[in-house]
This record gives sequence, C-alpha cells and structure tokens, in this order.
Amino acid sequence: MSDTAIAAPDGHVETPTKGRSLWQDARRRFLQNRAAVISLFVLGLVCLVAVLGPFLAAWSNEEVDWSVLGDIATLGAPSFENGHYFGVDELGRDLFARVVQGTQVSLMVGIVGSLIAVTFGTLYGATAGYVGGRTDNIMMRLVDILMSIPYMFVLILLLVVFGRSMWLMFVGVGLISWLEMSRIVRGQTLALKSKEYVEAALAIGVKHHVIVIRHIIPNLLGVIVIYATLLVPQMILTESFISFLGLGVQEPNTSWGALISEGASTLQYGTYWQLFFPLAFFIVTLFCFFFIGDGLRDALDPKDR
Amino acid sequence: MTEFIIRRLLAAIPTLLILIIFSFLLMHSAPGGPFSSDRPLPPEVLANIEAKYHLDDPLPLQIWNYVVGVVTQFDFGPSFQYKDRTVNEIIAQGFPVTLTYGTIAFVVAVVCGCALGITAALNQNSWLDYFAVGISIGAQVLPNFVMAPILVLIFTLWLGWLPGGGWNGGQWQYMVMPVIALSTSFMASIARIMRSSLLEVMHSNFIRTARAKGLSARAILFQHALKPAMLPVISYLGPTFVIMITGSVVIDLYFTTGGIGQAFVNSALNRDYSVMMGITILIGCLTILFNLIVDILYAWIDPKIKL
Amino acid sequence: MTSKRALALSSVFSISLLASPLIADVHPVTNEELADEQVFTYRVGDEFASIDPQLAEDVQGGEFIRDLFEGLMNQDSDGNLVPGVATHFEANADNTVYTFQLRDNAKWSDGKPVTAHDFEYSWKRLADPNTASPYSWFAKEMGLVNVKAVMAGDMDPSELGVKALDDHTLEVRLENSMGHFPLMTTSEPTFPSPKWAIDAHGSDWTKPENIVSNGAYVLTEHVPQERSVRERNPLYWNNQNTILERVEALVISDDNGALTRYLAGELDRTEVPTGQYNALSKEHPDEAVSFPRLCAYYYFINMTENTHPSLLDPRVREALYLTVDRDVITNAILQGGEFPAYTFTPDATANFVSPNNPARDMTQADRDARASALLAEAGFGGDEIELDLLYNTSEAHKKIAIIVSQMWKQKLGITTVLQNMEWKTFLEARSNQEFDIGRAGWCGPYNLASSFLDLMSSTHVYNDAGFSNDEIDELLDDAKTKADPSENFTRIEEVLATEFPIIPIYHYAGVFMMNDKLRNWPVGNVEQKWYSRELYFAAD
Repeated sequence: MSDTAIAAPDGHVETPTKGRSLWQDARRRFLQNRAAVISLFVLGLVCLVAVLGPFLAAWSNEEVDWSVLGDIATLGAPSFENGHYFGVDELGRDLFARVVQGTQVSLMVGIVGSLIAVTFGTLYGATAGYVGGRTDNIMMRLVDILMSIPYMFVLILLLVVFGRSMWLMFVGVGLISWLEMSRIVRGQTLALKSKEYVEAALAIGVKHHVIVIRHIIPNLLGVIVIYATLLVPQMILTESFISFLGLGVQEPNTSWGALISEGASTLQYGTYWQLFFPLAFFIVTLFCFFFIGDGLRDALDPKDR
Repeated sequence: MTEFIIRRLLAAIPTLLILIIFSFLLMHSAPGGPFSSDRPLPPEVLANIEAKYHLDDPLPLQIWNYVVGVVTQFDFGPSFQYKDRTVNEIIAQGFPVTLTYGTIAFVVAVVCGCALGITAALNQNSWLDYFAVGISIGAQVLPNFVMAPILVLIFTLWLGWLPGGGWNGGQWQYMVMPVIALSTSFMASIARIMRSSLLEVMHSNFIRTARAKGLSARAILFQHALKPAMLPVISYLGPTFVIMITGSVVIDLYFTTGGIGQAFVNSALNRDYSVMMGITILIGCLTILFNLIVDILYAWIDPKIKL
Repeated sequence: MTSKRALALSSVFSISLLASPLIADVHPVTNEELADEQVFTYRVGDEFASIDPQLAEDVQGGEFIRDLFEGLMNQDSDGNLVPGVATHFEANADNTVYTFQLRDNAKWSDGKPVTAHDFEYSWKRLADPNTASPYSWFAKEMGLVNVKAVMAGDMDPSELGVKALDDHTLEVRLENSMGHFPLMTTSEPTFPSPKWAIDAHGSDWTKPENIVSNGAYVLTEHVPQERSVRERNPLYWNNQNTILERVEALVISDDNGALTRYLAGELDRTEVPTGQYNALSKEHPDEAVSFPRLCAYYYFINMTENTHPSLLDPRVREALYLTVDRDVITNAILQGGEFPAYTFTPDATANFVSPNNPARDMTQADRDARASALLAEAGFGGDEIELDLLYNTSEAHKKIAIIVSQMWKQKLGITTVLQNMEWKTFLEARSNQEFDIGRAGWCGPYNLASSFLDLMSSTHVYNDAGFSNDEIDELLDDAKTKADPSENFTRIEEVLATEFPIIPIYHYAGVFMMNDKLRNWPVGNVEQKWYSRELYFAAD
C-alpha cells in the first residue's frame, strides 16, 4: 500500500504540466482491463434489473399465486406462460419479483454499509494522521482496542437485542469495517503529510482545512475507491450470513442471503430454481465487484506502468 | 520484544473490560430474560430464581461481581439455561470441537491457498492463472451455508460416504465436511492475496537483480521472493483464524458439531447471559492473542518493522 | 396394525406378570420376531435444559425423564392410566385425599429401593422456593394442601400436603376436590428424585457419572448440543419386558437437515418439514406417519386499549376469522394431515360436543362475502386498517403468517405488517401487548375440553390479549364442580363464535418419518407421552 502513497503524488505533480491527469491515466488503464470493463457492464445490468425489475415483473413480491400453491415442486418451476420467469418460492410467490426486491436490499446493504465504513474510516483516519502526535496515538490505540472486539458476535447480539431492522443492518455491517479503513487512511495521510508540496503549502500559510481538501483527500481517493469496491462484496456476504441465522430483513421483504438460504434448505426437494436464480445474481455481482476492485487497483496503482 | 509483548498484554485489559461492560449492558437491555417463558412464572417463583442467580442485584454490582469472579477464580458462573452445567464446562466441551476443525480448516486453507496463489502468480496470464483465479473467486463468493447442504446432498445422500452431521468424539468422517465447508472461502482469499503480493514482489528490483545474477527460478522463489510476499498473507491470517472460529457458527448450526458457535447463538437467543459473556470474552482474548502473534511474526519476517 | 398395537399395549402389563422371562427374540405379546439390534436413534430439535425431574420444563427433557425415571402412574398408548411405581391408589369420597400404594420391587439404579419417602421428598422439593424451579407452578396446579404458602416461603416445605405413611404408602391431601389428580402423577415434575445423590453432587447430580434414577433406562453419555445416550437399566423392576437396549437422541436444529440425515439412515425418527409430508409419503409410504394431536394453532387478537381500534368491533374480528381459508393452509401449506379449525377445542377431544358453527358449513366464497359485508357494516374500509401480526421465528409460523396476511389483503384489503421476533423478544412483546394479532399454539395437557377452554378465562396466565367475558368465566367455574360439564364447553365455544377473541386456524397432527420396523409408537396418546421401554424393532 505504501507504494501507492509514493506514486500518487507523482501523478499529481504531473497535473499542471500535462493534460493527462492521474485520473485520466487511470481511466485509460481501467478501460484496457477487459475483465473489469465487462464486470462493470454486468454490474450495470444487475442494477438495471433492480431498478426496472418491478416494471417487468408480472407479479408483486408478496402476492401469492394460489393456483400453484400446494404443489410447488411441479407447478412452480420457471415458466413464461404464468409470468413466473424464475418460478415461485415455497409459498407461491413470484421468484423474479422477489429476486428483484432482494437485489435492491442486498445492493443497498452493500453500498450503504461500505459508504458508512468508508466515510467514518476516512474521517477518523485522516484526522488522526493529519493532526498526529498524542491525538493520533490515542485515536489509534482506540482502534487497536476496538479491533480486538469480535464483531460478528457483537452484530449477532445487536440484532438479537434490538430486533431485525434494515437500518441496524446497515449500521451494523458498516461499523464492522471502518476500523481497517481508518488504519489504511491514517498511514496514507502520514505519508502525504510529509510530502514537500504539503510542507510548502503550510510554509506559505495555506489553512489546514484547505490543505486537507486540496491535497490530502484527492490523493487518498484512489485508496478509498479501491477499498470501498472490495468492501461491498464483504458487506453483501455478511448480510447473507445474518440472513442465514434468521436475523435478516423482515418478511415480506427479502434479500439475496434470505433467498439463497431458503433455496439451499429446500434443495433436496427438487425446487432447484429457488437456489439457482438468487445464487446466480449473488455470485455474478460479487464476481463483478472483485474484478472491478482488481481493475481499479491496477489502474490507480501506477507502478505497473 | 518482551517489553512490547508485556505492553500489548497490558493494553488488553481495558479492551476486555470495555468488551465485558458493553456486552453485559447490551445483553441486559435485551427484551426478555433468561427465565421468561411461554407460561409467565408466578412473581414469587421468578423472585426465587432471580435471587438464586443474583439477578436481583443492581447492574453495576452484578458486573463487578462477575469481573471479580472471572479474575480471581476464573469462574464464569453457572449457565442460566442448562441447569447442571457451568459456563466453564460448556466452553470446555464446545471449544475443543471448534478449535479442532477450525485449526484443520485453517491449515488446509493456508496450505492450499498459498499453493494456489503461488501457482497462479508464477504462471501469470496463463490458463493455469485464470483457472486458479476463477476457482478462488468462485469459492470466495459461495457462502458456506450453500456449500454445506450441497456437500451433504452429495456425500451423505447420494454417495452415502459421510455422516450428515454430528461430531461423535471427533472421528475423521465427521470432520471432513465441516473442514471443507469452512476452509474454502478462506483458502480463496489467501490464494488471491498470495497471488497479488507475490506478483508485486516478483516485479520488484531486487528480484530483477537476483534474476540477472542467474539464480534459478526455484532459488529466487524460496530464498528471496516468498518471505516478503508472505507479509500481507500473514496480516490476513491473524484475524482470519479468529473469524474462522466465529464464522464456524454456520458450520456448527448446519452440522450440529456441538461447537462454540452454536453455543453462542443459542445463548444469545435464550438470554443465557453467563454463557454468552463467557464465549464473548473467550473470542475477545483469542482476537487479542492472534493480533499479537501476527505482529510478532511480522517483526520476525521483516526486521525493518520495529515493535 | 393399529389394532394389534393397541391390543399389545393394553395387555402388556398384565401379561408381563405371568410371562416367563423374554424368550430369545420374539415379542412377548405379538410374537413378532425381533430385530437383532435394538437401538433407537431419534432427532431432537433442541438441547434439553435439564433432566432433573423437578427443574425440567421442555418437551425433549420430558422424553428423557420418562425413560430415566418412573412416577407413581404411567400412561398407556391411548393415554389411560396404568400403574407405575404405584400399583394402585384410593381416593376418599370427595377426591381430596389420595393414597398411593407403591410396589416393593422398584429399585434405584444404585440398588436402593424406591420408597414413598422419595416421592415426598421430590414433591416438597418442587414447591420449595430454594429449589427455584421454573416448573414449580405445577405444584400449585396439583393443589396440594399449603402449597401456596410453601411456595411463597411463608411456610416450611414439611407442611406440604404429601406424606409417606410408610415405605410403600404415600398420602396426598388436596385443598380442593380434583377428580383427575392421578393423571397428574404421570407428569415429570412429580417423578421421584434421589435425595442422597442430590445432596452429594448438587446441581451436577444429573450428569451421567453421578445420576441415580429409577426408570427403565440410565443416562450413559451426554454431549451437550450434540447427543445423549440412555441404556437399559438392569435394576428396573420390569426390565425383563424392556426390549430397546439403547436410545440415542441427536440434537439437530434444522428440520431439513434432520430429514436428510433420516434419509441417509442415521435416524429412526424425525419430524417432517412443513409441507413435505405428501411428497415423502409417496416415496416412503411405510415411513411417513401422520396422526391427530390435541393441539390448536391460533391467532389471538389484542383487545386491550393498545390495539388497533377496529379490532374492538366483533364484526371486524369475525371478518378476519372468516377470511382465513383454512383448507388452503392445511392442504397446500402444511400438507401433513392437519385439521382445519373453526373451534378452539379439537373435535377429537374426549366428551366434547362441537357446537353448531355456521362458518364451518359455509363455502369459503360465502365466508368471504359475509366477511366483506361485516367489515362494511362495521364502517371500516379494509385499506384503513393496518395490523401488526406478531409471530416467533419458525419456518412454519412464517409461512402461515405470510399466507394469512395475503388472504386478508386480497379479500378485505387489510394490510398486515409481519413482526417476526425471536422467542424471548416475542414473549416480551406479547406480555406488553405490543401487537394487534399474535400467534399461539396450545396443546391440551389433558384430554379434556377444559384444558383448552380454561385459556379463555379472564384470569388465565396466558390471557395477554385482554379478553374477558363474564358468561365464559361463570361457565368455567361451574364446570369445575359438575359431573358432566360438556354442555358448558359447548356453550363456551358458542360464545367464542360470537366474540371472536381468537382465530383458530388448525388442529395439529403429529407428522413423522419413522423407521418402518419401529413398533408400538403410541399414536393414540394425545399428549405424546411415549416410553422407550414399550418400543421395539421388528426383524426384517
């Protein structure tokens, strides 16, 4: 990671002389990465399904199709005739509509969760790194302490204690991951702070907040973006684990984790589509995030140039 | 070094205290208590029971007594749910189970993950590389609660080779599926980290120099490249070991191994305060311990890092 | 086969006294050839909290205790009283004093004789506040003299109305007349416990290495959250008629996982997951079993001031009651031979005469039409009503809640917000009346209508929903002293069908996958009190 810190400012220094900025460079490199570009495209499709899906679905996500109820294994398979493109779930509800709804929830958990982690982690880490000294010491000691807390257990506890709620889930999964982020950001900030151009800016009397906004944050963006992209799939995985434990979102809402866990438990009864479709969305999306994350790292990490 | 370890161990004390107080308050603020049941107990009966378990003391006193009991006698108290067992007994029974298959899964994940990652890195952009990367991402995104039923379907129901669950004193047949289900996703992460960090090292100047000197590929890998490339892997392994044990909740539940993860979820749901606290503290200690081990390993591998 | 089984069980006791010791491998009554291996492995969904007879409170603990210990009386396969440690009992004219005669050949697993003093000790232990038993309310139900004062700590346990007159005679004095008291002695809290073992080991006495018990089996292995093993007790007085050598209980929390392991041959009995009975009975006709049980699944309506105002109108409650299509729930969701319920008391309950229930005889379309009319009459539009439906975490509860909420939505336009909570949170929300409609299930502890309808009393501990009806309270009081109270119960159901404080949904069936060689499972015992010593495996 320290390589990025050294390299990024170089790119930054280039900016005024040439028209090609670090970001343009990065974009060019990213677009050359075929896996990442395809992933971005597929991810766009998944998001499109999440947004437009409700208009395409013949059924709502909670409506029960009474005509297939009672013999799901034979009547509930995917079919275009009755509008159940993905078949139906155990209760005769349209699986397409439910997958669409689950996609919305899971993506939201992933994105909101990592936004919380990234925002909080960046602010915390940047403050500690920039202020430095004793403040830095205390703040990082606190991170060390918090890192020793078994978060998965605390999350389970939180959900048991306060009941299931979407917001608690967002906050819960977000809070798990901000610590790592804050450490990375602090390290980067420390490195940036000792750069000549920051010292120069200080020397000519530029105010601290201007330095942070003009110099520190822009140079941190690369790391933040990479980390955030890699965080999203982790969040989605955490959510699915919580759903498996039965502590996920409240019915009739659903999520990928809940759908997959339901589908997996009834696998042996021949209703394979109940696992296949949500799992396919889940896996494809996670693949995409991993490839995009890798692509971004290669693109924003200029040492391979 | 010794000073560093002592300092870290001292720092663990406030951490654990925060953890204890936080969990204690969280648990006690949960709706319902260990003795709320379908049929509400007559008040006098409830009073008798609460007196027996000292639940009628004020909270700060309860926390104080608890901490004193833990520190002075290593006594985590009786289970509220299981009448003939103490927390120590529950942990003594469940933890070895989790530790056994957790450790095996950990070793499997590290060995296979590193092998996969090194193979991929040394054959960058070949079909072997794509294959290894594909496998590892696939394994990483397949949740173990999907893996578990699929394994059971194949090995228990179709092939009839392995028992579908249980522990049975730790016979190997009972361990195979829990180990596979637990290790795959970690193996995948390790492979990915190993691959990218080895690639980074292989492109660095000192390896180029070594190559220029005419060292064999094998010598370059084992004498020069591997050690620095292991650094990111090691920093991943510390928390991972603990996560593998806490992440074993799914495995415990699905294969009913009787491990600690199952005990934790049950205790949280049953409001078995003492068991829940005991396991939280245990996992907290493990987390601290393994973070410490990672730091020591780090210093050992990379002498530039000062403790 | 069912008639043979019934015959076998009714005669097993009398014959056992005459028959010579068991001949090699033939069942003494049915003469059926026995399998060589007599090991029964079954699934329990959850670990028992205790197998201390006075502390246990869960079903799975009860199953263990009935094997490990033996009370004064037992139940046969139809729930009738048969002798246990007591050979017989006498009651005085007004059923307030019972005298039990104990057999002289009953032994504890350490060789000590089982005496009336053991029972006196255990019953006092149950009521003693120092025992702090969550099940001590059962002592109150038994109505022993002085029990309330003893439980409150105002009186010494020695004052309790139970006394060993000699080693083999136990005298029980009750505060009120109670005709069904002997039935209570088949319940686990009344089973004897060994004072010397408890004194020696404290709460550890129920561990395999310490336990002393007087039943047909002894506990030999216990791995919490995984398995427990009980094995034949050679000192049991009727050991010669015990056939199963070993009984193993495996803890498997997930229904589907348990079924997989059953199908893989690891289990001899497991519950059928919701909705899978039909498919399984097609594939395994000899193994899928379904039989009626005396349990009711119902929704109760909050009638306190915390509720949705519309629910205070009986017409709205009736509309909700009518629009639940019970046939869809039993035939399409549960599919395990459950019975649609229109009354709280199951029809199968002894001496229960079901009232004329107009709703039961209508078609569902008529019910729906009437419901819409009622709702309009009450002056509510369905879309103005939003109800919180509270249920605890379970696959089956979730399915039923979702289906019922859709029925209400599609037929009445009423929105239901599903509130799934963990058990303990659920209990808290229920007792704080933080719901509009809640889920409940109830199994009658006895085969009497009163064991259901008592719940409708305004003072019953389960009455969290604030329902109170003077006529029902009077009818219940009156029924306690009546020789034949069945009229009262019919009338109570009639009142319920005008007030609708609850929405009965279905009456349970026991739905199992069971090894087809396992014999004598007491399907006719509505309380499902089964004893391993009566089961056996037939040869192939």
